[in-house]
Amino acid sequence: MAKDVAVIGVGQSSFVRGYEGSIRELAFEAFREAMQDAGITQKDVGASIFCSAPEYDKQRSPAGVLAEYLGLIPQPTFYIETVCSSSSSGVKVAYSMIKAGLHDIVVVLGFQKMSEITSAESQERMGRGADIQWEAPFGTMMPAYYALYAQAYMAKNGLTHDDLMNVRIKSGTYGQINERAVYRKGVKAADFDASNPDARMAAAVAWPLRVGDACANADGSSCVILANAEKAKAFSKKPVWILGIGAASEAVNMAARPDFAKGLSVGYGAAAEAYKMAGLTPKDIKVAEVHDCFTIAEIMAYEGLGFAPMGEGKQLIREKATYKEGRIPVNVDGGLLSKGHPIGATGGSQIRTIVLQLRDEAGPMQVPGSPEIGLVHNVGGVGLYGNVTIFGR
Amino acid sequence: MGFEKFGRKSFTGITKTSKFVDLLTEGKIEGTVCKKCGAKFFPPRADCASCLSKDMDWFEMPKKGKLETFTIAYYAPFGFEMDCPYTMGVVDFGELKLFARLAKDLKPEDVKVGMDVAVKPLQYEDGQMSFEIARA
Repeated sequence: MAKDVAVIGVGQSSFVRGYEGSIRELAFEAFREAMQDAGITQKDVGASIFCSAPEYDKQRSPAGVLAEYLGLIPQPTFYIETVCSSSSSGVKVAYSMIKAGLHDIVVVLGFQKMSEITSAESQERMGRGADIQWEAPFGTMMPAYYALYAQAYMAKNGLTHDDLMNVRIKSGTYGQINERAVYRKGVKAADFDASNPDARMAAAVAWPLRVGDACANADGSSCVILANAEKAKAFSKKPVWILGIGAASEAVNMAARPDFAKGLSVGYGAAAEAYKMAGLTPKDIKVAEVHDCFTIAEIMAYEGLGFAPMGEGKQLIREKATYKEGRIPVNVDGGLLSKGHPIGATGGSQIRTIVLQLRDEAGPMQVPGSPEIGLVHNVGGVGLYGNVTIFGR
Repeated sequence: MGFEKFGRKSFTGITKTSKFVDLLTEGKIEGTVCKKCGAKFFPPRADCASCLSKDMDWFEMPKKGKLETFTIAYYAPFGFEMDCPYTMGVVDFGELKLFARLAKDLKPEDVKVGMDVAVKPLQYEDGQMSFEIARA
């Protein structure tokens, strides 16, 4: 496996409801932390890439505006968008630019300020991240789309509501100890008990998915700074190398999707490509971040990534194998479910978590045994885009 | 023009496939088939993704299939709140699939994965045209 491009700096704002500032100020929070982490100045940066999903704030063409605020002009800058996986796509492009020799160091900045619009407006915009010509006219939204997968998957594979709840309980365990997470409370079975009048998570949103099965909207930013081998060795004591990158796409319309009980095809496609490039197998992965926008998505991700055979993802959560002390720790920062999902910032935040894990700097969330290989799985839309990136020390 | 009449609320005004709405008013749910290579598409397309031809014909979709999956929306996006709750699902005809809402008279507790269903055109009170999944 080649060690040509490394992450030399990571940063993330706190993920919050109702950030008290504008998008440029939100972006600066992650940027400042990543620049200090990398120990570089703006003149060291060759180019910047900004990533978000459009229409949550009013700024059109945000790259130029944010580049100026971050002090990254006159270097080239542009915008990359694959909805919820935008910043992973940005990292793939940055990797390519560095590998091609165009730039030595590239900044990838993901941001999203979702709180400027209502939750119903947000659902409408997210729904329009799918097929607006043929599906949005039926009143589609993200929870409903993922519920289509959950319904078919549960019917075929014996996955239960308790299994989904246990995914949420796991994320709550780590959201409690992640001071950057939007949802800091623990989650218990009583929260999903419909007969309990205080149950916060029992109400159906899009059956079979309930409130507790869905991730939290949040405002947030993330920043990943990539460098070529020469600069990485010069600036960083602990560079974390990109060993493999895979990406895939799938038909937008549900009518053109293969078997719903088999999960998202992009998870399988992106993982196969990333493993091949890295020359690694699922057994080599010691810590992972997966795209748990809904509890069912985490179960499907286990299978797409090869951590469990198809249809058997439930065993991992039943055996607590994806807890910090388990065989393959997954989302031990709270995941999208508890840490929050500020769309354009999510991939970069997942990468930050894995980089900190591989540097043994994840604090109370640190996976024991100094993991050497980690993986990020970041999905855009309803499995419309898939990105899998493998990192190593 | 014409496609703003599709569905509960359309987000697309102009498409080369707007004849789909006219066909719905005639009681037909149709996809498109490529005259050159024979590839079939639903929802309909004006251009063939297989051979790049733009020479497409219309064909009538099967009327019966199996419900592959479904969901009941208890929360709706902006502009659809008045319809809640509503059920949406995917019908598998074998060669092709279709996504739509389920008919209001199908009670959620009677809906099961794998059940036989029919598809039929639907006109809303405000004149909007759509199609729905109904009891077989």
